Amino acid sequence: MMKMQNVGCFAIRKKLTRRQEYILLFLSFALPLLLWCLVSYVPFLYHPLIRVTDAGDSFLCAPGDLIERSAFEEENRELASGGGKVMRGERANPAYLPAPHQVARSLVTAFLTPPRRDGEAWFHESIGHSIRIVFLGFLISSLFGVPLGILCGTFPFFERLIEPFIEFFRYFPAPVFATLCVAILGINDAPKIAIIFIGTFFQQLPMVANTTRSADGALIEAAQTLGASRRRILMKVIIPSVLPRLYKDMRILLGWAWTYLIVAEVVGTSSGISWFINQQAKYRDFSNVYAAIIIICCIGLFCDMFLAWFGRQIFPWESKHKGIFYRAAEEIFGPRDQVFSIVLSKEERRKRDEQHSA
Amino acid sequence: MNSTLPDYKQMMSPEVRDRLARLVRRPVIMETLNLFKEFPTSSGKKQIVLKDISFQVHQREFLSIIGPSGCGKSTLIRILAGLETATSGEILLDGKPVVAPGAERGMVFQKYTLFPWLTVCRNVMFGLESIGKDRDTAENIALQWLDIIGLARYADYYPGQLSGGMQQRVAIARALAPQPRVLLMDEPFGALDAQTRTQMQNYLLEVWRNIDITIIFVTHDLDEAVYLSDRILALKANPGEINELIEVPLPRPRRSRMLLEPEFLATREHIDKLIRPPVKREDECEFKVVNMVGDKTFL
Ligand SMILES: Nc1ncnc2c1ncn2[C@@H]1O[C@H](COP(=O)(O)OP(=O)(O)O)[C@@H](O)[C@H]1O
Ligand SMILES: [Mg+2]
Repeated sequence: MMKMQNVGCFAIRKKLTRRQEYILLFLSFALPLLLWCLVSYVPFLYHPLIRVTDAGDSFLCAPGDLIERSAFEEENRELASGGGKVMRGERANPAYLPAPHQVARSLVTAFLTPPRRDGEAWFHESIGHSIRIVFLGFLISSLFGVPLGILCGTFPFFERLIEPFIEFFRYFPAPVFATLCVAILGINDAPKIAIIFIGTFFQQLPMVANTTRSADGALIEAAQTLGASRRRILMKVIIPSVLPRLYKDMRILLGWAWTYLIVAEVVGTSSGISWFINQQAKYRDFSNVYAAIIIICCIGLFCDMFLAWFGRQIFPWESKHKGIFYRAAEEIFGPRDQVFSIVLSKEERRKRDEQHSA
Repeated sequence: MNSTLPDYKQMMSPEVRDRLARLVRRPVIMETLNLFKEFPTSSGKKQIVLKDISFQVHQREFLSIIGPSGCGKSTLIRILAGLETATSGEILLDGKPVVAPGAERGMVFQKYTLFPWLTVCRNVMFGLESIGKDRDTAENIALQWLDIIGLARYADYYPGQLSGGMQQRVAIARALAPQPRVLLMDEPFGALDAQTRTQMQNYLLEVWRNIDITIIFVTHDLDEAVYLSDRILALKANPGEINELIEVPLPRPRRSRMLLEPEFLATREHIDKLIRPPVKREDECEFKVVNMVGDKTFL
């Protein structure tokens, strides 16, 4: 007889309970953090180096030095054989592996520490600069890429005229244009924005064109039989029907623009977050480096979460519930006695809807 | 099958005969003249899908086009709508040739084609605004139409929130709102369940009875064609040719009980014989069921 198996959490494509989802969400962050804590705080697990606490009679080392364990032992053997005072030290991790609490502290102190030299950027200024570069590059790219992509996706004429060249061009890696951009646009922000533009635009146009082509032909035909002009079909059928998908494309492309940031920021004069990270690495202040990386991740994540939420509000037909803007418009433009229906009870609201529809 | 039913033509009552005679004396709304349509096949040869189709539709007529699957019904009605161009031949609407899709030929498709990003009311307004009505006028007319189809309560809903039958009702209202000369329907109830379909058929007849509209209705469902139509255009497959133009001997208004009357059954059987393929089709399969239960007395 077949045995009915209870597969629990591991059922294929079966939705988990709310509780399980939250636990897993917590674990997905907690497990890497736990691993990091173990490596940082539990001695003998990794700790390959020795931090010298007392240099003894050694001329080679000073307190605070990080040295290899073998070197430490050899030096001590030599000191002992010479009758000198041996060094003392404790096991430590390399500088590039700071402990969680150090990084957590840096998350705050990185913003509060003034730059080491006059005229250099504070941490928040570096972040602001990076964000500005990404958004300007992305904005300029979208200004051209989205309309052209929609044209290519709608009219085969433009598709044949524009897309072959773009398809050819997009196989040039964007960094190839770094020197050219500097030669043409100088060394300040302009070439950086240009790199983001090049990196984004040539991906954006084919992507938008493809998405536009995916507009449902049946809807276009329905509009034609309703007497819609070509312009009306483009503006009122094709664009709205692909808008949610275009929006998703934009979210993906914005992620790509971020990756080109690293290339862009080392072009011309180094700036922004990459500059900050390089600078901190030079000072061997690695907890600041990690703090910067975490900040970038958070900016990216929150940006994307916000855009996802915003998308649900502006495309209510996708999620089948009225978005916040629609509800706000309803409150504002609805009949006077209906304003602020939020204060109405469920029963009152039901009654109002009934009256309204009657 | 050896039929016990008499010829459907002899069963036509004088009233029905008179009604149909009056029908064909009415002005011709739409006609096709020697329509041909070829599609290129993958092997480079041409496939003739429609061959020499000529027929006329009169004012306020309900004409069905029926035929086996793949005989070119959809192609024909798409040509009438202007969504496809004929290889040769002419299509006339009120005597003027049809070249492109337009609001004077409304269409309802089998697929649900309401615009998902527009509310029900806005969907109905779409055609009205396309023909140049301003927003307020369009909204008023749309709300009247929603009232007619009994969906006024759902004006602010998105199509995704409605059932299939409701969506098709809105689609009919949307097609009728700009006051087309003909309503073209390509298996509009094909995706609905049987109960909803019957409901929709009665509902469509009711709408058709009360407004000045000519309907060309494509279906592969015999009952549906006989129940709804004044006349039925039966097509042959490969190539799609007119087989016969059948006049339905049922009086109006149609009632569900007519589905059991001998006139209905005789007409149905006549058409069934017409469109059932005379030769065995290559994609037809024979059952090769092996007895695996031993005891067959059970059935
Ligand atoms: N765009 C097309 N290109 C090539 N062949 C087509 C096209 N549209 C339809 N056909 C062919 O025309 C025939 C009739 O199709 P259709 O009108 O959809 O039939 P029906 O609606 O009666 O089932 C089919 O054999 C189909 O393969
Ligand atoms: Mg079809």
